[in-house]
Amino acid sequence: MNRHLLSAADLSRDDALLILDTAEELAQLADRPIRKLPTLRGRTVVNLFYEDSTRTRISFEAAAKRLSADVITFSAKGSSVAKGESLKDTALTLEAMGADAVVVRHSASGAPHRLAGWLAGSVVNAGDGAHEHPTQALLDAFTMRRRLGRLEGLRVAIVGDVLHSRVARSNVRLLRTLGADVTLVAPPTLLPVAVGGWPCEVGYDLDAALPKADVVMMLRVQQERMNAAYFPTVREYSRRYGLDGGRMAMLPEHAIVMHPGPMNRGVEIAADVADSVRSTIVEQVTNGVSVRMAVLYLLLGGSEAQR
Amino acid sequence: MTHAPAQAPGPADAKTVLGAAEIRRALTRIAHEILERTDGAADVVLLGIPTRGVALARRLSQRLAQVEGHPTPAGSLDITMYRDDLRLRPARTLGHTEVPPPGIDGRIVVLVDDVLYSGRTVRAALDALGDLGRPRAVQLAVLVDRGHRELPIRPDYVGKNLPTSQREVVKVLLEEVDGQDAVLLSEARPGPDGARPGPGGGRP
Repeated sequence: MNRHLLSAADLSRDDALLILDTAEELAQLADRPIRKLPTLRGRTVVNLFYEDSTRTRISFEAAAKRLSADVITFSAKGSSVAKGESLKDTALTLEAMGADAVVVRHSASGAPHRLAGWLAGSVVNAGDGAHEHPTQALLDAFTMRRRLGRLEGLRVAIVGDVLHSRVARSNVRLLRTLGADVTLVAPPTLLPVAVGGWPCEVGYDLDAALPKADVVMMLRVQQERMNAAYFPTVREYSRRYGLDGGRMAMLPEHAIVMHPGPMNRGVEIAADVADSVRSTIVEQVTNGVSVRMAVLYLLLGGSEAQR
Repeated sequence: MTHAPAQAPGPADAKTVLGAAEIRRALTRIAHEILERTDGAADVVLLGIPTRGVALARRLSQRLAQVEGHPTPAGSLDITMYRDDLRLRPARTLGHTEVPPPGIDGRIVVLVDDVLYSGRTVRAALDALGDLGRPRAVQLAVLVDRGHRELPIRPDYVGKNLPTSQREVVKVLLEEVDGQDAVLLSEARPGPDGARPGPGGGRP
């Protein structure tokens, strides 16, 4: 394992499988009377969140606390960032306070990479701009493997706002590494220009993709990032690219429906689909804690000399 | 997880201390001792410490079933997250923890491991047990006790007491893991930095 987790592309197949296997063992913790391990006692994990987030921040916080690390959560709002402090100065301040790992979310793609160059501790990317969100991809892969028993040869359709989605980027890279076949399905306006170079198929027709998918992952329509006319109306988008009960019936019997959250019910996913037995949306949240525990353990649990 | 540098099945200069038949007899004797000391092993749960302790716990469970006629639950207890030397090496792969269905509350837990050396593994196992429940009693069964304890810990059941020097390496081979049954004793080779494995580093 590298010292940092910045991109799903940095993970070798062995690294990724080690994280998933470790998470599998740590998932057992949920059934125990004491849901805590002493492993990271005395280590400090700083959650540095420049963008709003509920589930990722809380998930990292829960993961670090279950490993007995001290957690400092820092939101840009109401901090000296509002007074104009730079990322570097904030980071050095945190390091001076003794952070062993910094979990960072930032609206600028590449911010965690810059941070990794300045800090002695480990940096975990918790989402940077439209670039990557590696722990989300890991928890998605973990959820698929738990539900379907394998990743090799799995056919995964990722549907919706690929352009703004760091989740899609990280998933395409990680799933390719783990041997799954990914198809992106989106309106042409919501696909990145360079998508031709990605290791996946691209399609524009959701109805054609569904019958041959083992997994369908719906992406959130990121209205806060929609500063241009990517589609005529929300209703038209929902008609063509939303997953409703009728479309869900086109999926193979065993197929699962995923969503990284937060959902826009009625836009990319219908309420009855989100609440159906095929939906893994709540499981994904639970699994997120186990996967993030595995990542923190593997980055911080060993010797410093090697790092 | 090995007790010596990864060479299969053991270093060329290794001396066989116990053969397959001796290991079999030692386990049979331990099984009888467990029955005597726990009134028929009715409340016993065997928990093996990965990797080889798990295989030994299963064998003991089979022997107890043969002698007493009722099955004794056997499982595994991974202690990696409770070790006191985590920061001395790169992050380790986790083993599997599997507590048999009756749980451990109010039962007699017999921890099973292959080699008892510094006692640090057992200390970690006691901490791990405390997070899983509250056994009525905890006992310790080991195939080989090689001495050099660093903590106030002693075994309740011992397959063989093996006086060793700290320079030596004891390696237990088991059919389930290594394809053969044997306990080997060899001189440690100095590592690249000349470091000798002290007791604390005796268990990887």
